[in-house]
Amino acid sequence: MGLESWLPTAASSFAGDVDWLLRFITWIVGIWFLLAEGILVFFIFRYRRRPGVRAAYVPARSLRAMAFVLVPCALILGFDLVIDAVAAPIWQRIKETLPPPQETVRITGEQWAWRFRLPGPDGRFDTADDVEVVNELHLPVGAVVQFELTAKDVIHSLWMPEMRLKQDAVPGRTIRGWFEPTREGRFELACAQICGFGHTMMKALVVVENREAYQNWVRQKAGSAYTTPTENNQN
Amino acid sequence: MSAGTPALHHVNQTHARSFWRTWVFSTDHKTIAKQYMFTGLALALIGGFLAYVIRMQLANPGQPVPGYGTIGPGQYNAVVTLHGTIMIFWVAMPILLAGLGNFLIPLMIGAHDMAFPRLNMLSYWVFFTSTLILLASFFVPGGAAAGGWTSYPPLSDRAVNSGVDLGVTLWILAVALEFAAFLMGGINFIVTAINNRAPGMRLFDMPLMVWMEVAASIIFLFSVGPLIAGAVLLLLDRVANTGFYDPARGGDPLLFQHLFWFFGHPEVYVILLPGFGAVAEILPVFARKPIFGYRMIVYSTIVTGVLSFIVWAHHQFIAGIDPRLATPFSITTILISVPIGITLFAFIATLWRGSISFQTPMLFALGMIAVFLLGGVTGIHNGVPATDIYIHDTYFVVAHFHYALIPSVFFAFFAAFYYWFPKMFGRRTYEWLGQLHFWGTFVFMNVTFLPMFFLGLMGHHRRIANPHFFEALRTPEADRLQWIATLGAIGLFASQIPLILNLILSLVRGVRAEKNPWRANTLEWTVDSPPPHGNFANVPVVRRGPYEYSAPGHSEDYLPQDALA
Amino acid sequence: MQYARAAHIEHESTEVPTGRLGIWWFLASEIVIFGGLISVYVLLRWRHPEWGAESTHTINAAGAFNTLVLLTSSLTVVLAHKAVSEERLREAARLLGFTLLGGLIFLCVKAFEYAHEIREGFVPARSLFWSFYYTMTGLHALHVIGGMVAIGCVLVALRRGRLPHRVEYVGIYWHFVDVVWIFLFPLLYLTS
Repeated sequence: MGLESWLPTAASSFAGDVDWLLRFITWIVGIWFLLAEGILVFFIFRYRRRPGVRAAYVPARSLRAMAFVLVPCALILGFDLVIDAVAAPIWQRIKETLPPPQETVRITGEQWAWRFRLPGPDGRFDTADDVEVVNELHLPVGAVVQFELTAKDVIHSLWMPEMRLKQDAVPGRTIRGWFEPTREGRFELACAQICGFGHTMMKALVVVENREAYQNWVRQKAGSAYTTPTENNQN
Repeated sequence: MSAGTPALHHVNQTHARSFWRTWVFSTDHKTIAKQYMFTGLALALIGGFLAYVIRMQLANPGQPVPGYGTIGPGQYNAVVTLHGTIMIFWVAMPILLAGLGNFLIPLMIGAHDMAFPRLNMLSYWVFFTSTLILLASFFVPGGAAAGGWTSYPPLSDRAVNSGVDLGVTLWILAVALEFAAFLMGGINFIVTAINNRAPGMRLFDMPLMVWMEVAASIIFLFSVGPLIAGAVLLLLDRVANTGFYDPARGGDPLLFQHLFWFFGHPEVYVILLPGFGAVAEILPVFARKPIFGYRMIVYSTIVTGVLSFIVWAHHQFIAGIDPRLATPFSITTILISVPIGITLFAFIATLWRGSISFQTPMLFALGMIAVFLLGGVTGIHNGVPATDIYIHDTYFVVAHFHYALIPSVFFAFFAAFYYWFPKMFGRRTYEWLGQLHFWGTFVFMNVTFLPMFFLGLMGHHRRIANPHFFEALRTPEADRLQWIATLGAIGLFASQIPLILNLILSLVRGVRAEKNPWRANTLEWTVDSPPPHGNFANVPVVRRGPYEYSAPGHSEDYLPQDALA
Repeated sequence: MQYARAAHIEHESTEVPTGRLGIWWFLASEIVIFGGLISVYVLLRWRHPEWGAESTHTINAAGAFNTLVLLTSSLTVVLAHKAVSEERLREAARLLGFTLLGGLIFLCVKAFEYAHEIREGFVPARSLFWSFYYTMTGLHALHVIGGMVAIGCVLVALRRGRLPHRVEYVGIYWHFVDVVWIFLFPLLYLTS
């Protein structure tokens, strides 16, 4: 199916799995959908009222008669369980596991900006060279990135379509997740949970670049955790 | 009333009843039904107008909307919130549950009225009050609630978070009162169906419409409690400075989500089942065949009701719940598609070897099935956690639930409305206007919502006022889809004009309806159109089930439930 | 028995009187409301063991006394129902009066508790424990008041010899109010 043409180009290691699953589901339900519609339309035309032709009396009280409905539904159940069985490992890999990270970033959603904190060149958080940036994050391509996500005020949601990544950010919780960007480029990070009147405009830029460029950026921003204003622009 | 006096004296009694007692403060279930229905339809105009505003804004971000003006992002959030809130609580529930249920249940079971007529009247006035409170919220300082119909805290928890103060408090009060009204109504429906059936009407002789209304009432009754508790806590957070949902004070925002969706998911079946009931009544009449698998449908409905209580977290896969909960909830979600599938396939099987005629009620009933199928299958995409990561909170979900809700609420209601209009108002509707209404609604519904699947796949997330802010949504393809959806919406609204015209013309100069214009079996067709106060001069004695159409050995192709053999 | 059914109903499809069905379904909806609230409290309480310290500031003696009062008033309403079944309507009215008195005493004790607790600074906003305490006992008290109004109406009708079958129904409701309290008392007062 031409599903690909609608999806933004995949840019993470698990995006392919999500896309595959979307296609897989669409094929299976699509065939059932067309079958059901086809039979419906066929019956509508085939059994139009005709003079002299009486309807059949089929109350379907016996199990044998009901089988015409129950058997297809049992088949559908089977297909659905297959879908779930195939999908569960993908979910597990994305949401239930945390592969060892090469980069870690602390992300805070707030009304109405995204704040990113990186450990800086020394690789340790809460040291003098920590990086803190607002609405623009750089990441190295091909590295496993772990995020620690929280929200400052209301629920927000981290949404990166190309990465096929979404995770709600909840105040009072730190939610860990991961992704591995596989393509260099500039990607938009939006907020997918209504969070007030700035919700529409809550957007950050994620720049995925080669390791050297990334490290230059980190060096440039080292120590910014202590100079970046803590109140974001609420224009 | 003294002991032993039968209630028959109610019928056709010419009390000196004032206009107010007859038409406004009436305890007659038929009048109350119409009150609920017309209130719901009036609110549908408002909900629909809000949808128009949303579509115009999305197609033309930042431009003033004709008939409304410029919308700021804060106002847009309120528009989106009230559109959803109104459509679910002030349109779907009153027209399907309270409207159709109130009118039909006593008539279909052979009763003079509901078990508790005064409670019934009270329920409408509580509902009416809730409507006024909700509408008032538009006009208070700060405007109406703007946190989505789901109203998650902390956004909805403190005025400072959303910028809306009184509006949210009024919203909570309105919803709470609406819940109270429907609890009262629900208890009435359940007790009436259990105890007021005519002699000979066993439970498995009741029309499916009654089963569905009762099942919906039971599901509502058991699911709404925790949300009432949750809403009370939200209200107290707002007005009494408690911290139930405030993590800084030991509370938990996710708690509200669980309480909300524990109700929210069963609620969609509360809204779906009455529509299924209407279709289950209409298909046999217009195919002249019994419903396929009456008991199978009843049992499936019960299973649906039970399962609906254990699927709720599929709305919260990525909300911050323990991810290991996702697959179990996904499995229960997948399971629930089976009883729904059984009912839908039973409907389709009812057509097999039938003798189908295509008057407006049947068109809408068939349209309901055809369109709902797409809503149903796209539920799988949403119910599988790994794909939900991508499509959650995008327009894919919006398309999915409109493909489920519009057929089950609007198509089914329209089917029911055209079908029972003669009984309710004593007039026939204009068939050509009905056909026009159907085709316009059917075509434009698809034109409006099909593009949204693709917009969702493109990454269009929900509740944003300006898609152009995002690169992927600034493309010519995206713009084209937005315009198609918007023009579809305008077409959809325009297609409702034949309905309004039909309503007015039919009431004023429609052909007078006989008792049983559709040659149907259920008991409401044995009394005058419209039925007198008290419905049945003599309580009918029921001799058979409701779907004996084209039964062998009878010259007529229908056999009313109370007819002698 | 004649007293069991409302006089104007001519036919009921089951053996259960319509009014009794109505009351039980109403209670079902109430059980889900209180059940939801209580479950939420229990869940959060489990996560917050420090609430135990707050809970020691509830007045256990008052709570225990109130439990006794409600149980007694449930007894009197059962006796009232029995009196109605034996057609001793005047006796039934007296017993309903005692039930009302029980409710009144309950509310007075509760008011005293609230006043004391607020004076001592244990206000709803002080901690989530107290938010729950006031919400749950407050909602319960509202139901006590509602029940008293219903009992009062049945009492007035009963003294004119009318609607005796409703004594059973308000009795069932009153038992529910009692049962909710029997959950609230240990959960709010005793666990620490």
